[in-house]
Amino acid sequence: MARKRMIPVINEVLAEEMERDERVILFGEDVEISLFGDTKGLIKKFGPKQVRNTPISETVMTGMAVGAAAAGYRPICHLMYGNFMYTGMDAIANQAAKLRYMTGGQIKLPIVFFLVVGGGRSAGAQHSDVVHPTLMNLGGIKVVSASNPYDAKGLLKAAIRDDNPVVFLQTAGRGGEAGEVPDEDYVIPLGVADIKREGSDVTIVAIGSMVRHALKAAEELEKQGISAEVIDPRTVVPLDHDTILKSVRRTGRLVVVDEARLTCSAASEISAIAAEHAFADLKAPIIRVAVPDVGMPYSPPLEKFVLPDAQKVIDAVLKITKG
Amino acid sequence: MSNADSIDLSDPKSPLALFHRMLLIRRMEQRLAEIQKTGSLPGPVHLYIGQEAVAAGICAHLSDSDWIASTHRGHGHFLAKGGDPRAMAAELYGRSTGICKGKGGSMHVADFSKGIIGANGIVGGGIGLTAGAALAAQLDGKGDVAVAFYGDGAANQGVLSEAMNIGALWKLPLILVCENNGFSEFSPSDTVTAGAIVDRGKPYGIATATVDGNDVMAVLEVAGQAVERARKGEGTTLIEARTYRLHGHVEYEDTFLSEKYRSDEEVEEWKARDPLIQMEQFMAGKVSPEQIEAVKADIERIVADAYEFAENSPWPEPATALDDIFA
Repeated sequence: MARKRMIPVINEVLAEEMERDERVILFGEDVEISLFGDTKGLIKKFGPKQVRNTPISETVMTGMAVGAAAAGYRPICHLMYGNFMYTGMDAIANQAAKLRYMTGGQIKLPIVFFLVVGGGRSAGAQHSDVVHPTLMNLGGIKVVSASNPYDAKGLLKAAIRDDNPVVFLQTAGRGGEAGEVPDEDYVIPLGVADIKREGSDVTIVAIGSMVRHALKAAEELEKQGISAEVIDPRTVVPLDHDTILKSVRRTGRLVVVDEARLTCSAASEISAIAAEHAFADLKAPIIRVAVPDVGMPYSPPLEKFVLPDAQKVIDAVLKITKG
Repeated sequence: MSNADSIDLSDPKSPLALFHRMLLIRRMEQRLAEIQKTGSLPGPVHLYIGQEAVAAGICAHLSDSDWIASTHRGHGHFLAKGGDPRAMAAELYGRSTGICKGKGGSMHVADFSKGIIGANGIVGGGIGLTAGAALAAQLDGKGDVAVAFYGDGAANQGVLSEAMNIGALWKLPLILVCENNGFSEFSPSDTVTAGAIVDRGKPYGIATATVDGNDVMAVLEVAGQAVERARKGEGTTLIEARTYRLHGHVEYEDTFLSEKYRSDEEVEEWKARDPLIQMEQFMAGKVSPEQIEAVKADIERIVADAYEFAENSPWPEPATALDDIFA
């Protein structure tokens, strides 16, 4: 056990998985030099049989991930920023998500698409999208968002060992969150939510990097006598309905925090699930705390205005717990 | 495939075997065109009639461990690479015995056990997949190759340029076969395509070749060189096979098109260059008429059997619509 930051943990996991299975191959934009540090040093360790820089050609590189997976490899395709996924979208939406299904289950497609997502860095509208809503609607792609280094290790190992296309969303930032990470090998099954904090008055479901805002909000709310339960779904596909619904039935209140745009966000889907299956237990309207339907603005005060934070979560909770 | 004792198809590159493969594609699709008119097919079909020499000539060099990906006009490639006619027919009928259990249909016939990544409903969609299969083949180091079949329409998709670039950089065992059939759906190729498609390979430094796509022996020769280069690790080849789509883009297009996009004379000119007629002419004096007749009889039997199997196959259980999403 050691205290580590997110990116070095991801780097270790990639090395361990490539060491464990030589059919795990990594390619993508600048993976040799590594912009974020997540793939740093891997080319030296594994060479071009397992690690290759690609041209900035998202259309062919995403297609190659599907073809290489169909032919027996376990490619990790690093697309750099989440927004760049849109350029490679045919292979993700039409090929990776559909090929197994439309060929009657003939093949397995063990692919990890690696994307860095999220705002707060003045990177502007084309480098800040949190892309899981688009992916959730494709019907064949699993989607992982790790909120701390412990989860990142177990979830990324599970994603690489999964026989299906998985998009691993890494929160943008320098090294990410720090946390305790065991040295031994472990996986966290995809589709199992984690209760990050127990509580009884309100359920806060938070996706990816929003978990830290939710936890901070819960601490503040406790001082005001409100007990908030914080749930991290960890994967929005598959989505752990049971854990969320069990909590909502107990607390009777739900706030969902999502860094995606509001319309058709994971927050919208989770709200719909709660409304459909736990309506009788709800004591107040469900509130979604998400980004308004705009591209991420550049200027810090503008960006702060649209991004969810702890205060916005507190305000939402107070709105449905007062009286 | 054949149980006719009198015909020897053991060498897939022999004229008789090539003729057998081309005729199988032709007769399967001619029958399909008739069936389509009766309304018994659930979905659209895009026929390969006129282009058979390309798939047959190229796939004659390939084994099950080589990969191909195809197009929305994919029946010919499926059959040429050894796909089962029964399983294809049943798939087109949407039956549970189809190669994709009725989930794919005409535009998605695939058989991974035979190296058929499959037809693809997205124009150019198979090119990236084939590049990935070529990477896998390269890493395996067993001399396998990957072939992307695509049309002149797909040549205008950016993915082709991307694939040529990475194929050249990484020396991928990749063969990019453009079947220039004269039409990008309903638009004559020269109205949407600048320059010669084959020339697009030259700036990348990959090998290029043009071939008469209606002459199976010519295709066989050009493909042989490209496959050999790829197997030896000498990299990617772009082949432009000039051919002609004798049927429309989609089989019932006459019912919704208000005007013609090509002349009857043009179609008649190309009918005179039909790859099957050319092959019969080529075989005259080299292959006995009895053998040719035996091939024809064999194909009639295979085609009749395939569609009978399809018609008599059950529909899938509705709830199987929810199977096969995740492994």
